[in-house]
Amino acid sequence: MIRVVDLHKSFGNQKVLRGVNLEFVSGKTTTIVGTSGCGKTVLLKHLNLLLKPDRGGVLIDGTDITKLKQKDLYEIRSRFGVLFQGAALLDSMTIFDNVAFPLRERTDLNETEIQKKVDDRLEQVGLEGMGYKFPAELSGGMRKRAGLARALVTDPEIVLFDEPTTGLDPILASSIHQLIARTQRTFGFTAVVVSHTIPQVFDISDYVAILANGVIEEIKPSNEFQESKNPIVQQFIRGETEGPIQVL
Amino acid sequence: MLFLLGQIGSFTLRQLSEMGRIFLFLLSAVGLAFRPPAKFRLVVYHLKTIGVDSLSVVLLSGFFTGMVMGFQFYYSLRKFNAESWLGSAAALSLLRELGPVLSAFMVTGRTGSAMAAELGTMRATEQIDALSSMAINPVKYLVSPRIIAGLIAMPLLTAIFDVVGIFGAYLIGVGLLGVSSGSYFAGMDTSVVFQDVYSGFVKSLSFGLIITWVCCYKGFNAPPMATGVSRATTESVVLSFVLVLVWDYFLTSIML
Repeated sequence: MIRVVDLHKSFGNQKVLRGVNLEFVSGKTTTIVGTSGCGKTVLLKHLNLLLKPDRGGVLIDGTDITKLKQKDLYEIRSRFGVLFQGAALLDSMTIFDNVAFPLRERTDLNETEIQKKVDDRLEQVGLEGMGYKFPAELSGGMRKRAGLARALVTDPEIVLFDEPTTGLDPILASSIHQLIARTQRTFGFTAVVVSHTIPQVFDISDYVAILANGVIEEIKPSNEFQESKNPIVQQFIRGETEGPIQVL
Repeated sequence: MLFLLGQIGSFTLRQLSEMGRIFLFLLSAVGLAFRPPAKFRLVVYHLKTIGVDSLSVVLLSGFFTGMVMGFQFYYSLRKFNAESWLGSAAALSLLRELGPVLSAFMVTGRTGSAMAAELGTMRATEQIDALSSMAINPVKYLVSPRIIAGLIAMPLLTAIFDVVGIFGAYLIGVGLLGVSSGSYFAGMDTSVVFQDVYSGFVKSLSFGLIITWVCCYKGFNAPPMATGVSRATTESVVLSFVLVLVWDYFLTSIML
């Protein structure tokens, strides 16, 4: 269980998070939606402490990771997998080496075991036989899938997805959503998805939360979220420029 | 007046905190270099990028520097009828001063800037965040091996620069201007002592540290955007040049 408690974060004079409180249920998919630039990615990067909060805590199984020493923090991070917005593949390595990278660096597996595991993951994301290519030789969608394979290769308990479908066409975006849903069912990890591609995210999410004005304004099971009476939720779903969310 | 004082104070505080961050970055990189597991493969890879890939530019600049010195020293020494000291003058200048400084400039331009740009791009494309998220310390993985490689490669490149430079001066002095080969090497033999070689070695070692440290710091902490990367690259080169010259002054005054 991940619990975010009264999280505050500012960049200079800009207050991005103003006291976020949120719980992520283990083994379920929670999607955080919100307008562009509202702080979704900032919130996501606090979950494994890639960003440090100004105030507040992030509790994982009761341990506040903001108070951990670096060594213990790396232990916690090894329980995470992250799919970054641009996939963040190491561009000096092939796709195979990228996916094998966390195994080579963090585990004692031999090359045969690594080969098998990487091939399995590449096959699961539909990239079998593409391991020899470099990230620059792949399309955006393929890079995302390679990033997903790398995020899953260590069998993480928690996987963070940062805008997994940004910049993809609707068909490709849909296939990535299905891939996330399928892998989540297969591996049973806790998934936290940051996205603003509605209504597609409702299909893959167990819970949906909306971040606006630096706080979580609403969190509900996916099927109830769309029916919410909250004007912020309704404005976001309908894509209206007039309403409680100030766009411009 | 108060506003001006406030601005000066705030600028000073910013500079001091930046210096603190730079030193902490170095301490962290050096500390992590000694922590297992060792990254021999990465050190070898960066020895290639810093050492082997800079070799051609070091050879070329060393050779032409030596040839220019051959002309200039011959011109100066002839006024005192001391052309036979050409070898000695060239060797001492190269070993003590020009070899370490110029090869440091070449490595900064050739490899240091590329290092800053590469790390800056990795920051901008979240590759450094990706390493952290995979529970891999990015400083240990990206910075420590580069610093170790810089410490090994820089003295070797300087030694090559010195040898090629002495050969260049020999070609001009002996081959073109008629200085006798025997006096060229005899002068060198009598005037160059171990202290001269040692001084050049210490300088090149410290320049290797300065270049990799500064360029890695600037790249690693580049703002995550295109202009941020370009600014980090420029700053890394300028700061490396300045620090090399300032540090060279201090070392020269200590080791003269």
